[in-house]
Amino acid sequence: MPSPEMPPEKEINMKQLIVFIKKEFLQVFRDKQTLLMLFGLPIAQIVLFGFALSNEVKGSKIVITDYSKDAVTTRIIGKITASQYFTVEQSLQNADQLQAAFRKGTIKMAVVFPANFAEDLARTGKASVEIIADASDPNEGTTVANYMTQIINDYNLELDSIAGQPLQIVPDILNLYNPQLSGPPNFVPGVMALVLMLVCTMMTSVAIVKEKELGTMEILLVSPFKTLYIIIAKLTPNLLISIVNFFIIILLSSVFLDLQVKGSLLLLTFCSILFILTSLSIGLLLSIYSSTQQGAMMGALMGMMLPTMLLTGFLFPIDNMPLALQWLANIVPSRWYFIIVKNVMLKGLGFASIWKETLILLGMCVILFGISLQKFKIRLQ
Amino acid sequence: MKTLIFLLEKEFRQILRNRQTLGVLIIAPVIQLLLLPLAANYTVKNISIAVVDHDHSTFSRRLIPKITSSGYFTLTGYTNSYRQALTLVEEDKADLAFQIPANFERDLIRENSAKVYMAIDAIDGTKASLGGAYLNSILSDFNADIRVNQAPASTAADAPHIDIISSDWYNPFLNYNLYIVPAILVTLVTALAAMQSAFNIVQEKESGTIEQINVSPIKKYIFILGKLIPFMVLGILVFSLGLLVGWLVYGIVPAGNLLVLYSSLVVYLFAMLGLGLLIATYSATQMQAMSLSFFFINIFNLMSGVFTSVDSMPAWAQTLVETFPPSHFIKIMRMVVLKGSGFGDIAYHLAAMTVVGTLLNTWAVLNYKKTSS
Amino acid sequence: MPPVITTEKLSKQFGPFKAVNELTFQVEKGEIFGFLGANGAGKTTAMRMLCGLLAPSSGKASVAGFDVYTQPNQIKRKIGYMSQKFSLYGDLTVSENIRFYSGIYGMSRQQIRQKTPELLEELQLQQEAKTLVADLPLGWKQKLAFSVSIAHDPDIVFLDEPTSGVDPVTRRQFWELIYHAAEKGVTVFVTTHYMDEAEYCNRVSIMVDGVIAALDTPAHLKQQHGGESMEDVFYALARNATRKGD
Repeated sequence: MPSPEMPPEKEINMKQLIVFIKKEFLQVFRDKQTLLMLFGLPIAQIVLFGFALSNEVKGSKIVITDYSKDAVTTRIIGKITASQYFTVEQSLQNADQLQAAFRKGTIKMAVVFPANFAEDLARTGKASVEIIADASDPNEGTTVANYMTQIINDYNLELDSIAGQPLQIVPDILNLYNPQLSGPPNFVPGVMALVLMLVCTMMTSVAIVKEKELGTMEILLVSPFKTLYIIIAKLTPNLLISIVNFFIIILLSSVFLDLQVKGSLLLLTFCSILFILTSLSIGLLLSIYSSTQQGAMMGALMGMMLPTMLLTGFLFPIDNMPLALQWLANIVPSRWYFIIVKNVMLKGLGFASIWKETLILLGMCVILFGISLQKFKIRLQ
Repeated sequence: MKTLIFLLEKEFRQILRNRQTLGVLIIAPVIQLLLLPLAANYTVKNISIAVVDHDHSTFSRRLIPKITSSGYFTLTGYTNSYRQALTLVEEDKADLAFQIPANFERDLIRENSAKVYMAIDAIDGTKASLGGAYLNSILSDFNADIRVNQAPASTAADAPHIDIISSDWYNPFLNYNLYIVPAILVTLVTALAAMQSAFNIVQEKESGTIEQINVSPIKKYIFILGKLIPFMVLGILVFSLGLLVGWLVYGIVPAGNLLVLYSSLVVYLFAMLGLGLLIATYSATQMQAMSLSFFFINIFNLMSGVFTSVDSMPAWAQTLVETFPPSHFIKIMRMVVLKGSGFGDIAYHLAAMTVVGTLLNTWAVLNYKKTSS
Repeated sequence: MPPVITTEKLSKQFGPFKAVNELTFQVEKGEIFGFLGANGAGKTTAMRMLCGLLAPSSGKASVAGFDVYTQPNQIKRKIGYMSQKFSLYGDLTVSENIRFYSGIYGMSRQQIRQKTPELLEELQLQQEAKTLVADLPLGWKQKLAFSVSIAHDPDIVFLDEPTSGVDPVTRRQFWELIYHAAEKGVTVFVTTHYMDEAEYCNRVSIMVDGVIAALDTPAHLKQQHGGESMEDVFYALARNATRKGD
């Protein structure tokens, strides 16, 4: 009996591809724990960065020791107490208790007014106040010291104007893009890059390696299914999830952080998809070279997560880093993506400002996909 | 307990044999300790500034070099218009645009007051405020200078002035490494305790060996101990390795007592291992364990004060963070290493970790009993 | 001699689904008791209840003289177990696995030192003592897993589909090990869906849809259901089963 006519090869593969992709989706969505990370993490990060994390230091607990207790010191202390940057914890009687207080870790700074403060100021025209900062965190220490210095200097200015000082230079300060100096603008693009990269690289590589471990990958490879389609099926769920995540982050930023996309959403989406694809290709590459799930995860963490957190430029400025690291940063895709998001989302600029970065991403994407596609079938066998 | 010894023997054999684990234990921490502080430098320097001088006067020509040679700023643009300077800021070529308007010197001498304009790229809030602060202090220095030179000596001396004597304790050289390396040590140990342990247990689930153990007379708590102890040991090892690297590479010598440090470490590991165990009881596959542990570790890393200070968080966040063992251990680390704090000073944090740790472990053990008959 | 396993209306219910429905049977000491059934019939669930891995929903059962509800830990000391996944540690060597499993059943180091070469000789694995289990061929792994499960001289050994995926020659060799163990007085409780293996058992029970549809010696069963082989018997009983497959 003649065998029934097989439909043309192309048609089979298309239908089967869709079935395959559906199965991949179901596997992801049935897994509650993975869903938590996939969607919970970006949401948690947005909330955190938006509402909890900041570099600003308000209400630092300080102690004041006033040996003089006169009108001037009282005046200055009043200013300090009124400032939102400080919470006066207590007034210590003597500076020996300072060490103990600092050691307890509750106070950040100590201010000491020596005896006869106002008297010295009136007689000699000079008086000194001592500021001791806990510089464990150098930046915080410097910042808090700056705030205190500003208050004292304000008082000095008052003294100046009372004395009718001439030649007053008045600075007019404008804070661009982020008038309130709030945290989110700097962090949101970083969160975006991090989350997208994480899902695409870590989850993808671990999922593929799991199939390798189970042996089901082998079965797929010897089937008539074209390798390219296998790869497409494996990557598509994470691609779609990442795109959804992208929009979730944009939505959350807009609603909760008051941070809208100033530029073209279309351009941003296009570049984000490009970035997602690049990250996916890295995940693919990782899966080829890892033999265990743990290995894939460690590879993703050390090889992608760490560099992304460090070298993207949203947590730490790249210009501060030693030259070697700056060079290294150039091969981290999220570094370029970060610039794109900053420019398009926060500064509202157009393609002209990001064509270079987009081109770089495109190049990375193409090269990485090329390599991984080539190596996939060979290595997996 | 004899059976416990056999369990421990097997665990250590497996760990030592697994080359990947060794890499994780030794290479990863060392790399992170070397890289993170290099990159994670919050010290704000090299603020790039674009300057526009519409005045071209004696004053302006003295002010500008004062700014550029201050060491805080790098001049990246000297443009003819403010618009151009702002463009440089847009293009990320300048952090600050500074404009001296026309007739600056004239207005200053005649009207006794004149304005200067600065626009700061405030996307990086810290950089912006520090940059602004530096520029302001340079301006006021310059202001004082020209007063001394312009006005007769008596007028200048008239105004009383308060001097500020400022000192930095515990980190006199403002070495950011001193601040961040102890925290990195904590993150290293955290990943080991909360993530690797969960992975390890779930792997036994996936491969079926845990069933073999369940069917044997090994008591559940012995099995749990058999998993906790190796990772406790590993945690102590990694921590010690980290201290060693901290000393060799960064010259960090704890100001406080090592006993205090290690006791806190043990309490901390106890808490985080509890979390790892808990995660393992809620995961059937390694991927699930990974997702869950990664979720928590990420939040810990962000919120526990590694990079940003806990004190700058709103009240609700600070309360939440109080339940995170990592935030307490990081505080302890910094207090003991930098300030030499003792048991009395860290008692509160130790207690917090103990409470949370006991809760986590209890929950985990109860859950384990439930889900494996 | 009292039976080593006794059950009375043993049942397990998962929500509305009765996986095991009122099993009542006994197993004698030294028997090779085959526990047959199609996938999904409930045999693995039943076995796990007897091993102390799963608490029954209702009914009574005692294993090695101990009650499954109140004395599961004592039961565990007296039994051996081999699961479908064999549960050996792939990253440990043959002797290390023997050592570990013997140790956790309470054998002293001296006893283990004595027992290990005996075991290796019986399995003909002396050369492989220091080989990682992951590197052993499947058949050897299974034989090793079995030997490990009885190394501590349990009263009963429970085997869950021990010969899945193995060639007939190795299966035969495996059963020789089982006979040997039974001769020494170990009761063997084995589940399988290979019907030819049923012939090797003293008695066989066939589970269909959660209940025992038949329990007798293979000879009697073939007589009763008019079959030439156990396969025919099984087919006769199970063809109307509503539960098919896991």
